[in-house]
Amino acid sequence: MIGYYLDLAGRSLRRNVSLTLLMIVAVGFGVGASMTMLTVMHVLAKDPIPEKSKVLHYVQLDPRPLRGYSPGEEPLEQMTRQDAETLVREHRADRQALMTGGNATLVPARANLDPFNVDARWTSNEFFSMFDVPFLKGGPWSAQDDTNHGRVAVIGKQLAEKLFGSTDVVGFPVQVETTEMRIVGVLDDWRPIPHFYDLASDVYGQGEQLYVPWTTSRDLSLDRSGNMNCWDSKHDDPTVLGAPCEWIQMWVELDGDAKEVAYHDFLANYWADQVRSGHYERPVNIRLRNVTEYLDFNKVIPDDAKLGTYVALGFLIVCLVNTIGLLLTKFLRRSSEIGIRRALGASKVSIFVQLLIEAGVIGLVGGLLGLVLAGLGLWAIRHGASSYGDLAHLDMPMLAATFGLAIVASLLAGLLPAWRGCQVAPALQLKSH
Amino acid sequence: MLQMKDVSKVYRTEMVETHALRDLTLEVRAGEFVAVTGPSGSGKTTFLNIAGMLEELTGGVYTLDGVDVKSLDDKARSKLRNEKIGFIFQSFNLIPDLNLFDNVDVPLRYRRMGRGERHKRIETALERVGLASRKKHFPAELSGGQQQRVAIARAIAGGPTLLLADEPTGNLDSQMAREVMQLLEELNEQGTIVVIVTHDPEIAARAQRNVHIVDGVAADIERGPTLVQKDLQKDPKGFANAETIG
Repeated sequence: MIGYYLDLAGRSLRRNVSLTLLMIVAVGFGVGASMTMLTVMHVLAKDPIPEKSKVLHYVQLDPRPLRGYSPGEEPLEQMTRQDAETLVREHRADRQALMTGGNATLVPARANLDPFNVDARWTSNEFFSMFDVPFLKGGPWSAQDDTNHGRVAVIGKQLAEKLFGSTDVVGFPVQVETTEMRIVGVLDDWRPIPHFYDLASDVYGQGEQLYVPWTTSRDLSLDRSGNMNCWDSKHDDPTVLGAPCEWIQMWVELDGDAKEVAYHDFLANYWADQVRSGHYERPVNIRLRNVTEYLDFNKVIPDDAKLGTYVALGFLIVCLVNTIGLLLTKFLRRSSEIGIRRALGASKVSIFVQLLIEAGVIGLVGGLLGLVLAGLGLWAIRHGASSYGDLAHLDMPMLAATFGLAIVASLLAGLLPAWRGCQVAPALQLKSH
Repeated sequence: MLQMKDVSKVYRTEMVETHALRDLTLEVRAGEFVAVTGPSGSGKTTFLNIAGMLEELTGGVYTLDGVDVKSLDDKARSKLRNEKIGFIFQSFNLIPDLNLFDNVDVPLRYRRMGRGERHKRIETALERVGLASRKKHFPAELSGGQQQRVAIARAIAGGPTLLLADEPTGNLDSQMAREVMQLLEELNEQGTIVVIVTHDPEIAARAQRNVHIVDGVAADIERGPTLVQKDLQKDPKGFANAETIG
């Protein structure tokens, strides 16, 4: 019967082309606008590291003085250098890394290339294994390089191609500011979305192309970037060890609940030690959020994207209400045909299904139009000013979701008209036909 | 085949209560040709609608082929209607967007017959009414008489045991009306029960039995088949000698 109903739907839709087009356009525009924004949300809200998002944890402590303390408040967003370096040295988690964003001027060996700045990350060697960073060539620097303040670097694929015209550059020297470093690894394309491990930098940006050991970066006083907050001014340089400033992110990998509890206990003991030694004044206030919790807490999705999504979904509802009205008109104008079919043996359910399939066909065609419009919408976003614009692409799941939304939306829109249609009293229609 | 006992139908609004049928008791047996007559508004069409299960009765018992229709849900009622009953209406009630073939196909579709069986039945039904060559035509391309013949083809394609006809000749000229009546009589002769609602005494005179309804109350008037036969023998083309009822 489905084939028969599809045939009837086709005939019915061809009968009044302008009304049909109006409904298709309503569904298409509603779906197109919604899918544009839902695609953006889908990209922005996705888990950046799904296989490890439950085992990677962001560490937060609070070494600020008791003055100004409010019970229940959040600890510091980032860590002091003193705390971060101590915790990494303690090495109590499966893996751990401290880091900050930075930038540096590179001086290319190629004569035809001027010095240029790159975004960088100063971190420790377990950063790469902890975040499953893909290497094209070579690998991370060693723990010994961290300890020995090694003059080594890992660079991104794009930077390798820019500097050398090749990615096969392990062992090559690269001049960072005034220091020559040896390239130990070249990364494949890697752009976690969002840039979860440091939300103080561009959350949906391109990421870094240069990675240097933390210890080396402090030796060379390489520029840092991102937020920094200090609560005392007893140090001229806020980046030195012991300065009362938070500016470092610290991540740990804890595989399992037991390890998470144990690490939390370790942090509590660390806190107690710091209180005893006079470095900490506040009551214990530790946060150890995994990636999902950390992103949820920080509400990383931009407000304009959220607002756009609400507006688009509102527009879809308006389009569907219009479609309901049009379908209702269309179906009730066919009351006489419905009456005839009922007299000839169609049950109310048969009529309901027939009319719902007709609404579904409108949804399917509307979905095709919606797909084209969503493509145009995403193109406009890609060429707009938003930081996440270049991420706005329709992938296969969202392509399927577009059709799904169109069909579900039109079926929902068709429910009331189809129900009203199947309630037509056949006797009345047959006499008045 | 069709049994109604004390059947009543009341239409209610907030202000008015209208009794369309009052305690109607009637039995139509296999092979009968029954005419239901009465003035306008007497309840003839209501009777036909209830007989065809297009409306629900308010009171009484209606049994069709041994099944108490009041106990059936919409699906079972629709199935019974599809399998047992063929409808013929005054205004033909063909679906204008479908050609003749597809119009006749409609009741067969709801019976979920296979394609081959459906096609065979449609061809046979259209041949039976003499319109097989015009199966690709649309209703608007036919005369009124031809449209009513298509409606008859649609009604008989499923092989119903009961044909319910509501003023089937009401919109036709006398020649067309005669052809349609002749077709109905032939179908009756082949075993199909025909119940025809009419206010035309000449049409009623051709039935074996008349049921006269006034103000929702029915009176059964038997007419022997012999009488009908005799009338037809006197005037096989027309209705001049048919007995006037009511």
